[in-house]
Amino acid sequence: MSIGAKEEFRPKIVAFCCNWCSYAGADLAGSSRLSYPADVKIIRVPCSCRVNPMFILRAFEKGADGVIICGCHPGDCHYTTGNYYARRRMTLLFSMLDFLGVESGRTRVEWVSAAEGVKFSATMEEFTEKIRSLGKNVRLEDLRCRND
Amino acid sequence: MYKIAKENLPALFRRIAAKNELYLPVRQNGQVNYAAWSEDAVPELDTLKTVKSPKDAFFPQSETLYTCEKDEKNLHIEPEELKQQEFVLFGVKACDLQGIHVLDQVFLADPADTFYAARREHGTIVALACHEPEETCFCSVFGIDCTDPKADVSAWLIDGILYWEAVTEKGEALTEAVRELLTEADGAEEKVEEEKNAVRRIVEKLPYSNLPLNGWNGDCLNERFRSRLWDELYQPCLACGTCTFVCPTCQCYDIKDYDTGHGVQRYRCWDSCMYSDFTMMAHGNNRTSQMQRFRQRFMHKLVYFPADHDGMYSCTGCGRCIERCPASLNIVKVIKAFQKEVDSHA
Amino acid sequence: MQERLISRAKELLADGTVSRVLGWKAGDLPYDPQPAYFEKEEDLREFVYDGFCGANLSKYMIAASRIEGRTLVFLKPCDTYSFVQLLKEHRIDRDKAYLIGVGCRGKLDIEKIKAQGIKGIVGIRGAEHGSESEDLTVATLYGEKTCRYTDCMLERCHVCKGKEHRIYDELIGESKETCDRGRFAEVAAIEAMQPEERFAFFQKELSKCIRCNACRNVCPACSCRTCVFDSTKFDSAQKANADPFEEKMFHIIRAFHVAGRCTDCGECSRVCSQGIPLHLFNRKFIKDINELYGEYQAGADLEEKGPLTSYTLEDAEPGIVAERG
Repeated sequence: MSIGAKEEFRPKIVAFCCNWCSYAGADLAGSSRLSYPADVKIIRVPCSCRVNPMFILRAFEKGADGVIICGCHPGDCHYTTGNYYARRRMTLLFSMLDFLGVESGRTRVEWVSAAEGVKFSATMEEFTEKIRSLGKNVRLEDLRCRND
Repeated sequence: MYKIAKENLPALFRRIAAKNELYLPVRQNGQVNYAAWSEDAVPELDTLKTVKSPKDAFFPQSETLYTCEKDEKNLHIEPEELKQQEFVLFGVKACDLQGIHVLDQVFLADPADTFYAARREHGTIVALACHEPEETCFCSVFGIDCTDPKADVSAWLIDGILYWEAVTEKGEALTEAVRELLTEADGAEEKVEEEKNAVRRIVEKLPYSNLPLNGWNGDCLNERFRSRLWDELYQPCLACGTCTFVCPTCQCYDIKDYDTGHGVQRYRCWDSCMYSDFTMMAHGNNRTSQMQRFRQRFMHKLVYFPADHDGMYSCTGCGRCIERCPASLNIVKVIKAFQKEVDSHA
Repeated sequence: MQERLISRAKELLADGTVSRVLGWKAGDLPYDPQPAYFEKEEDLREFVYDGFCGANLSKYMIAASRIEGRTLVFLKPCDTYSFVQLLKEHRIDRDKAYLIGVGCRGKLDIEKIKAQGIKGIVGIRGAEHGSESEDLTVATLYGEKTCRYTDCMLERCHVCKGKEHRIYDELIGESKETCDRGRFAEVAAIEAMQPEERFAFFQKELSKCIRCNACRNVCPACSCRTCVFDSTKFDSAQKANADPFEEKMFHIIRAFHVAGRCTDCGECSRVCSQGIPLHLFNRKFIKDINELYGEYQAGADLEEKGPLTSYTLEDAEPGIVAERG
């Protein structure tokens, strides 16, 4: 698919969602007939803490324009403390990406519980809008994966 | 013989680059390496050794061989185009030139490597004699004369003047193309001869110029391979690939497939015998310890290669490994350690 | 001074306290001593200790811990941070090591000497252990040159963490303070740039990377038996610089994997053949950790928990990165 000048930029967004909260939150959004942009591709993980920094970089490598990690609210982790560790790791990783000049808006962590279908839908809308305004990811992509 | 003043070299480079790609030593963020010339590039002809050797020009660190694209049910295979653009490699030193001759033995032998052969065919090499050899140099040990490198064009940079002499037909053609920037250098032969002799006197004084190579050939294969010395020599080795990647003759490569998401790119990249996945096959690895990998590097350069190529060593004495090894290991220390052992038995 | 180290090593070998000595063997050139093991007294003839013994020997102690008998190792103050960190991670065995802390007046970087236009080096005076000379006298094929000791020191010595050994069995020799720069000044200067400038800066630096993996292999914190980058399951090779992405990926992950454990020993920058300031990656993480989670120095002691293996309920949210701009 080629992107013509007239066509709207459709970002590719990868969302890593914790099995115990936001993945169910996405489910709830669906069953509540709430919409969220089809540009968001969800990958289910057992905990936000499972998200290895390499996952995020791989997503960008293969053409993602934005990556969001959704986990349980602090204090609510299914495994008690996973999201606390994830919080520190992601803070440091995002800071490093910013240090290397990658737009800081391209990465985000959001805590979304299984009951927050509305929040899930709103978060994805908002994040997609943000990525759309940032445009295509060119600072952290692998040129070999370009397909246009 | 022709000449051109050093301050006119930018004009010469511009002229060469008008019709050819031009690669020469360029300073980038503090390091000097061979790179494409451009108006804002900073050429560095006074630097004796680039960090990497110029072998990239013929045998790049990574290159795509072909690409497969998936289109519905069809698969398109697109071989990478061979080099067609003429290019000039400027400023190659005698040791690196010998490095290219070593690579020729490997890649031009039947069946020839078409990617390499195309680059060799379209490349014109302007060699530059060394002016101030350093303590890490030992090219003379391999019979290389750093004062008189014979490529397509030989050049000497003496007191702000570049002397230019075409050696081959390719060199004649390049000379013709830049002829109007060069002036006839009457009596230059004498000046160049004087420079050669002066530099040769320095070479004689270099600490490694008398390195003995006796005992390093195909005949001593078993004895050297089984030596207990390797167990000691390899110990500080960190198993990084620095020595192999800065080396002008290391030629091992790996071939891998890269999944682009919409197809596959098959690419080739330099490999290093220092790495744990070197020559890894389905059954596993046939060198399981760092000692074996370390031994492979030196046995290849000093024993296997000369055994297969009429005594030609695949070391050129450029001394890059001496300068770059994080643990200060290098081929000279290996050669000396064996010599010491031989002497102690004598 | 060097003689004191040798005689002590001989004593410890003779009385059976240690089975071998991990130190330095003189090279052929005045600046290339190599790490080496010595098992017999007479081998110590080749022992050397001077300003060019800059490599961090703590990493070699991982391998030394697996061989029979005790190993005597000479560590300078900064090496002891790495040693403590490795002990904390159970990568080395304290009982297998006999530590002699050696005084330090800053270690030398041959690249800094060469960068001053000095070529054909055949002798260097003033780099001997214990020498207090403020100048180095360099004999070259092209005449004698002099340069200031402090101008030739490794980057790490200018931001030295202090000359106190964090762990030792005995100490030999005096140290001299060398810290004369702010440790985080370079990082702060880059942070102050616009994102485009930062991107351009790192793009330029990282494009020099030849994927030799020296930075990884020399790093005392990189002690995994099989590195994730050596996995054959990836379609990108650990040795190919096929796309600029590969270098970014490698260096971000390399630094991230040692974040909170990196003692800032500076070996990565020392060994980089392309002169990439790799310490900037590690130091950025250290600076962030200090600012967000409280001052922490990896390897300073055996007890304190690492910042990435602990947390508080009030930690900053990752959004802070975007907020501070």
